[in-house]
Amino acid sequence: MAENQNTVCFRTMHLDATVRYTLESYRSVGGYVQWERILREKPDPDQLIDELKTSALRGRGGAGFPTGLKWSFMPRTKPGQKYIVCNSDEGEPGTCKDRDIMRYNPHQLIEGMAIAGYCIGATVGYNYIRGEFYEPTARFDGALEEAYAAGLLGKNLLGSGVDFDLYTHLGAGAYICGEETALLESLEGKKGQPRFKPPFPAQAGLYGMPTTINNTETLASVPVILEKSGKWFLEQGKPNNGGPKLFSITGHVERPCNLEIPLGTPFKDVLEMAGGVSGGRALKAVIPGGSSVPVVPGDVMMRTDMDYDSIAKAGSMLGSGAVIIIAEGTCMVKVLANLAHFYAHESCGQCTPCREGTGWLARVLDRILAGNGRPQDLDLLDNVAGRIGGRTICALGDAAAMPVQSFLKHYRSEFEHLVEHGRSLVEAA
Amino acid sequence: MSDDKITLEIDGRFCTAAPGEMIIAVADREGIVIPRFCYHEKLSIAANCRMCLVEAEQGGRPFPKPIPACATPVGEGMKVLTRSKKALDAQRGTMEFLLINHPLDCPICDQGGECELQDVSMGYGEDVSRFSERKRVVKDEDLGPLIATEMTRCIHCTRCVRFGAEIAGLRELGATGRGEDMRIGTFVGQSMAHELSGNIIDLCPVGALTSKPYRFTARAWELTSDEGIAPHDGVGSNLQLHIRDGKVMRVHPRDNEAVNECWISDRDRFSYEGLNSPERLKAPMLKRDGDWQEVDWQEALHAAVDLLKAPGPDQLGVLVSPTATLEEQFLLQRLVRALGSDHIDTRLRQLDFSAAAADPQLPWLGVPIAELETQQTVLLIGSDIRQEQPLLAHRLRKAALSGATIALLNPYAVDLNHPSIQIAPSPSVPGSDLRALLRLLGKPTEGPAAEPDERHQRIADALTRAGQDGKGLVLLGTLAESAPAFGLVRALAAEVAAAAGCRLGFLAPAANSVGSWCAGSLPHRLPGGAAPARPGLDAGAMLTDPRQGYLLWGLEPDRDLADPTLAMSALRAAKQVVACTAFRSPALDTVADVLLPISAFAETAGTFVNTEARWQRFQGAVPPPGDARPGWKVLRVLGTMMELPGFAQNSAREVHDELASQCRDLTPDNQMREAMPAPDLSSATPQAAELFRIGNVPIYATDPLVRRAPALQRTPLAEQLAVSLHPDDAAALGLADGQLARVAQVAINGERTEVNAPVVIDDRIAVGCARIPAGVEGSGELGPIMGPVQISKAGA
Amino acid sequence: MSFRNTPLAVIHDVDKATLLTPELRAEIDKHVAKYPPEWKQSAVMPALTLVQDHNGGWLSRELMDQVAAYLDMPETAVYEVATFYAMYDLEPVGRHKVCVCNSVSCRLGGAEELMHHIEKKYNVAPGGTTADGKLTFKEFECLGACRHAPAVMVDKVYHECVTPEAIDKIIDDLD
Repeated sequence: MAENQNTVCFRTMHLDATVRYTLESYRSVGGYVQWERILREKPDPDQLIDELKTSALRGRGGAGFPTGLKWSFMPRTKPGQKYIVCNSDEGEPGTCKDRDIMRYNPHQLIEGMAIAGYCIGATVGYNYIRGEFYEPTARFDGALEEAYAAGLLGKNLLGSGVDFDLYTHLGAGAYICGEETALLESLEGKKGQPRFKPPFPAQAGLYGMPTTINNTETLASVPVILEKSGKWFLEQGKPNNGGPKLFSITGHVERPCNLEIPLGTPFKDVLEMAGGVSGGRALKAVIPGGSSVPVVPGDVMMRTDMDYDSIAKAGSMLGSGAVIIIAEGTCMVKVLANLAHFYAHESCGQCTPCREGTGWLARVLDRILAGNGRPQDLDLLDNVAGRIGGRTICALGDAAAMPVQSFLKHYRSEFEHLVEHGRSLVEAA
Repeated sequence: MSDDKITLEIDGRFCTAAPGEMIIAVADREGIVIPRFCYHEKLSIAANCRMCLVEAEQGGRPFPKPIPACATPVGEGMKVLTRSKKALDAQRGTMEFLLINHPLDCPICDQGGECELQDVSMGYGEDVSRFSERKRVVKDEDLGPLIATEMTRCIHCTRCVRFGAEIAGLRELGATGRGEDMRIGTFVGQSMAHELSGNIIDLCPVGALTSKPYRFTARAWELTSDEGIAPHDGVGSNLQLHIRDGKVMRVHPRDNEAVNECWISDRDRFSYEGLNSPERLKAPMLKRDGDWQEVDWQEALHAAVDLLKAPGPDQLGVLVSPTATLEEQFLLQRLVRALGSDHIDTRLRQLDFSAAAADPQLPWLGVPIAELETQQTVLLIGSDIRQEQPLLAHRLRKAALSGATIALLNPYAVDLNHPSIQIAPSPSVPGSDLRALLRLLGKPTEGPAAEPDERHQRIADALTRAGQDGKGLVLLGTLAESAPAFGLVRALAAEVAAAAGCRLGFLAPAANSVGSWCAGSLPHRLPGGAAPARPGLDAGAMLTDPRQGYLLWGLEPDRDLADPTLAMSALRAAKQVVACTAFRSPALDTVADVLLPISAFAETAGTFVNTEARWQRFQGAVPPPGDARPGWKVLRVLGTMMELPGFAQNSAREVHDELASQCRDLTPDNQMREAMPAPDLSSATPQAAELFRIGNVPIYATDPLVRRAPALQRTPLAEQLAVSLHPDDAAALGLADGQLARVAQVAINGERTEVNAPVVIDDRIAVGCARIPAGVEGSGELGPIMGPVQISKAGA
Repeated sequence: MSFRNTPLAVIHDVDKATLLTPELRAEIDKHVAKYPPEWKQSAVMPALTLVQDHNGGWLSRELMDQVAAYLDMPETAVYEVATFYAMYDLEPVGRHKVCVCNSVSCRLGGAEELMHHIEKKYNVAPGGTTADGKLTFKEFECLGACRHAPAVMVDKVYHECVTPEAIDKIIDDLD
C-alpha cells in the first residue's frame, strides 16, 4: 500500500479486520485524543473552525461546500438547542464509502461528530443511516455503546461541563433523504421532501433549531485534521482541494474498491490502482462523482486529476467521489435509461418539473430502447432535462438532468443510431 | 434605508415591502400578476408547483437560477423580473410539465371555464403537446356527499393537504406515495368529516376537487354572481351567490378579512340546496274545515288580518326566527306593537328569562371577530363551538396555535382541534365551576362551588394574565343560553370576567340574533334599544301562559322552540295561528290556520347584524318560488291592510334606513343592567333516577333551510336523534351502545313525553347527563331542550 | 403555523397499553426517548420498521393506525411515511425479501442478468412473491455496496458480487 493511502478516514484499515472497529483499535491509532483534549482544554471553537478552514476540507457528500465555513454559519452563542446531524444516507449510485467508514472506523465518526457538536454549540447529534445498512448500523451502535461506557459521550464529559449525546436514526429506503433538508424532514418523522431555502438549516433546521448537517466522511475527517493540523491536511491534496478523499471505483474495473488517496491524484493512476478496465477492454467513459454528475469521455478523463477543480474543468464534478468506469462496448443509451429510471423512482414528487419530468425522460428513453424512437426525441430529451435542471427545490432535478444532457452531448451518435435503426450501435457491433 | 421598510424593483416598478415578505406578496399588492398554483396567502408556503419562478438579482448579482417568488424573501435593492425571457421560459417549462399528465378535456371537466390551470395555460401553455407517452390515470376516492373527486386532474399543489393540517386542524387528506406516484387522498377512502371541508373546493386550482351537489349542473359562464350574507350562524359570512335562471346554483365565499376571511362553513356553502326543497311553500294556503287549500294572496291576507285582529292585543303572541332579516323583525314588532302588544320574541331556544331585567343593552361578541385570534385566554361557557360557529372556532384555533389558552366549560367535552382545557360541569349544580373560578380569582360568591382542581387553577391563572394585558374573554355560547339557569350562569360569567379583568361576550346563536336587540323584536326592547313601558311576554311565557292567537315567522314549532311539546300544545289550543314560512311542515300544517309563503335565504333584500354587531346588507339574488314574496313586503301589505301606521316603505332599503336612524346611538354593550336574583331551579334539577338532558342543536339542524339541504344531511356531521351517555350512566342503566333506549321527559306544561332512541356511549359526556339533540327529526316529541329526563331500556 | 416545523401531534384518546404488543411498545419507547418529548413522531420510521418486522414483513392499515395512535400522529401522516419509503411493504410478502440492486454500478456488474435469472428460475416478477410464499423479489435502487456488484440484500443481510449460481445457493439456504 502506498504510504499516502488510508491516512484519514481509513486509518484503521491496516488493523485486524475482526477488531479494527473497536474502541481499543481506534485508541491505538490516536483516537479520541482530540476529543479528550478539547474536553480538557475547552479551546475557543473558532480556533478549531479556523483549523478546518485552513485544511480546505470540503463537504464529501457531493456538494463540496467548505466545511469550516459551514460551521461558522451556526449561531453558536444563540440560546436554545442546536443539532449536529450526520448524513449517512449513502445512496448515490456508485458510492459505497460511508458504509465502510461505519463498518471499519465508526469511532472516528463519533469523535468527529462530538467535535463538530462542540464547535457549533450542539449538545445533541443524530447519525441518519440509510435503512438498508443493518450491518454498518450495528457497528456504529456498538461503537456508541463503547463510547458512552468510556465516558466519551453523555453529560458533563470528563467533568468538563460539556454535554454531548449521540443517537442513530434509521432511514427506510429513499435516496432523496441524502438531501440534507429531506433528511431533516425524515428525522422529524415525515416524508423525505426537501425544504426550500431560506431558511437554511443553520437558521432553522431540525425541529426548527439551528442545525449543521455533514456527510459521514466529512465528519470522520475532523479528528485527523485537528491532530495533524489543517496545514497538513491541505498539503495532502491541492490548494482549495485539501486532504485525501475516499473514492469508490466501481463499474467496469478489474478490482472495484474504495481508495483513500490524495485529492489531485491523476485519474489514470486511480484506474490502475483498481486494476484497470475489466477484461482488458478500452475505457469508454467515466462518471467521476456519482451518478448525478455529467459523464466524461474516457480520453478526457485520462488527462484529468481527481480533485474538485480539475474535474470541474473536465466538465463534470467530483461529487461524492464515486468513480463509475464504463468500458467500450457498453450501450450508453441503456446506461442513461438506467439512470433516468433511478431518478424517476427516487423523485420525492413535490416539485412539478421533477415529478413529471423524470418519468417523462425515462419513458422516452425506454421507447427509444424499444426501437420506437423518433428523431425529435433527442432534442426533446435535452430540452426536457433543461426544463428540470435548476427549477426545483433541491438538486435532484439537476441530478436527473445532467446525465441526460451530458450523455447526449458526448454519445449522441449512439442515440441517433438507435432511433434510426431500432437497435444499439455498440451492441450490434 | 429605514429599518423596517425595504425598497425593491419588480418589472421596473419600485415597491416597498416589509423585511421577510415574499416577492409574490409584494407583487400581488402591486397588482403585478405572477402565475401560481401552490401558493395561497392563508396557507404555509410549499414552493412546490414551481409556477411562480421569476428572474432576480440582488446587489447587482443575478441569482444563478430562476427563483420561486412565493418562497424568496425580498431584499433591499432587489430587482425582480417576472416576464423576462428567463422567467417566462421557466414558467412555460413548468406549465408543460403540469399539462403532460393532466387530461386536456376541459369541455367535460366541471372546473372548465373557471380553472386556474386552464387560465394560466392560456398564457403560458404551448399549442402542441410534445408528450406522446401514456398519461397518468388516478383512481378516485369517495370523499362523501359534498366533494367530488377527479384525481387524475390533480396537479399536486397540496393546497388541500395544507388546508387540512393548518386550517381545519384535521389531516384527512395526505399526499401518499412519492414521485409521479404521489397521490392526494385519504388513502383509506373515508368521507370528509369537517365543518369547513368545502373550502378545499375553492382552494383546488383544477377540477380535481369540485362541489358534488353543483357538479355538472351549470357552466361558470352561464352564471351571474350576486353578493349575499350567510343565514345560519352569528358570523354572517360574506358570500358570492352564483345564479342561473333565477336559481342559486352554488355558494362561494366572498373575501372579508374582518368576518370570514376567505372561508365559509359547509353549512353556509351547501344550505342553498334547501331552497329547492319539495316542501317549499309556493302559494298562500288556508285551512278550511281542517283541509288545506291554496288560495290567492288577497284571500289569504284578508284571512290573516282577521286572524291577527281576533285575539285582541294581549292575546296575540309573535314568535320570530332569529334568522329573519332586520327589516322583517322591525316591521313585525311594529305590527304587533301597533296592535297594542309587546309579545314578540326571537330567543326561541331560551328557557330561562328570569334575569331579563339584567339583560345588557346590546349583547354581542365583546370583541370584533378578527380580534378573537389575538386573545390570550378565552373561556367558553356552554358552547359546542365548532358546530355552532365554525368560523369563530377557526379564529379560536388560530389563537390557540399562537399560544392562547382556550378553556371550555360544557356539559360534554368537545373535539376541539387545538389544545384546550375542558371541564364538563355537573348540570345539577349550575354555576358551581364558575364559583370555583371566582374563589380562585379572589372573589368568592355564595352558592355551591366545585372543589377547584388543577384545571380550574390553570384557567383562573390564564384569565388573570390575559386580563392584565386586556386580552381575555369570557364567552357564553348557545348551550349556555339554553340552560335552565342561564340567568345565573350569565351573572356568574360576568363576575368571573370582571374578577379577572376580562371582557364578557355572547355568541349569537343565529344570523340575526343581535339584530333583534336593534329592531326591537323582543318583549323588552323597542327599536333602537329603548325599553317599552311594560315588557311583553317572552318566548317562554307566551307558551307557558298560552295565547289565543299566534303569529309564527320562519320557524317550525316542533324543531325551533325550546320545548316543542309545550309549544305544540299551546299552538294546537290557540284559536288563531298565522304562519309565515318558506317551508311547509307537518307541525305547521297541524297548528296553523293560514300559511303565507315568504322568501328564504337569498330571496329577499335585507340586513343581518352579526355577532360582532356588524350590520351587513344584502339584495335579493333570486325571486322566491311561485307566489312566495319577500317577507318585508308581506308585512308591509299586512300593515297597510290593517290600516296601521308606518308601513308605506317602497323598498327594504327604506325599512333599513328608518331603523338605522333609530339605532344611531345604539352601541354594543354587554354590561349587566342589574344583579341577578337567585333563580328557582327546583323544577329543572334532576331528581334521583333522572339524568339531565342536554339538547344540543347539531350543526345541520339549526334552522328550516339547513334541515332541508340533502347533501349536508348525508354527511357524517349530521346527527340523528340519539341518547349519548357516559359509560358509567349507561352501565348503571344497563344500556349498551346501539341499544334502543326509552326517553321520557316531562314538558314544561306537565305533559309527559316519550320517544325511543338509540344509545351512544361516549365518555365525553358529563356523568349525569344525556345528550339528546334538539332540532332533529323526532326531537319534537320531547320536552325542554335541557332539563331532567328519564332513560330506560326500550320495551322494558 | 406551518405544519412544516411544528409537530403534527394529535392526541389519540385511546389507552396506549392496548396498542401493538408490550415488547413492541418497549422497543418503540427506546426510539422515542432519542427525540424531544414533543417530537414523538420522529420515532415513526423505526416504529414502522419494528412493527413490519413483527408482522412478517408488511404493514396493514390497522397496524399503521396503531402506530399513529401510539405516537399521537394523524393516521394520514403515517400513511404518507409508509408509502414514501421503499422498505415498507403495504401488502403481504413472502417469508423472505430478495432485493437486487439495479442501479448503475450493479447494472454494469451484471444485475440485469441476475434479475432475469431470478425471474425465470423462480417464476416471479420484480415486486411479486413466489407461489410458495417463500420469497418476495424486489428490484432496489442503489444499496450502497457498489464495489461488490451486483449486490443483493436478502432480508437484513447484504450479499455481494452475487452470481446466478450464488443467488441459487443463498435462496436454497433460506427456510
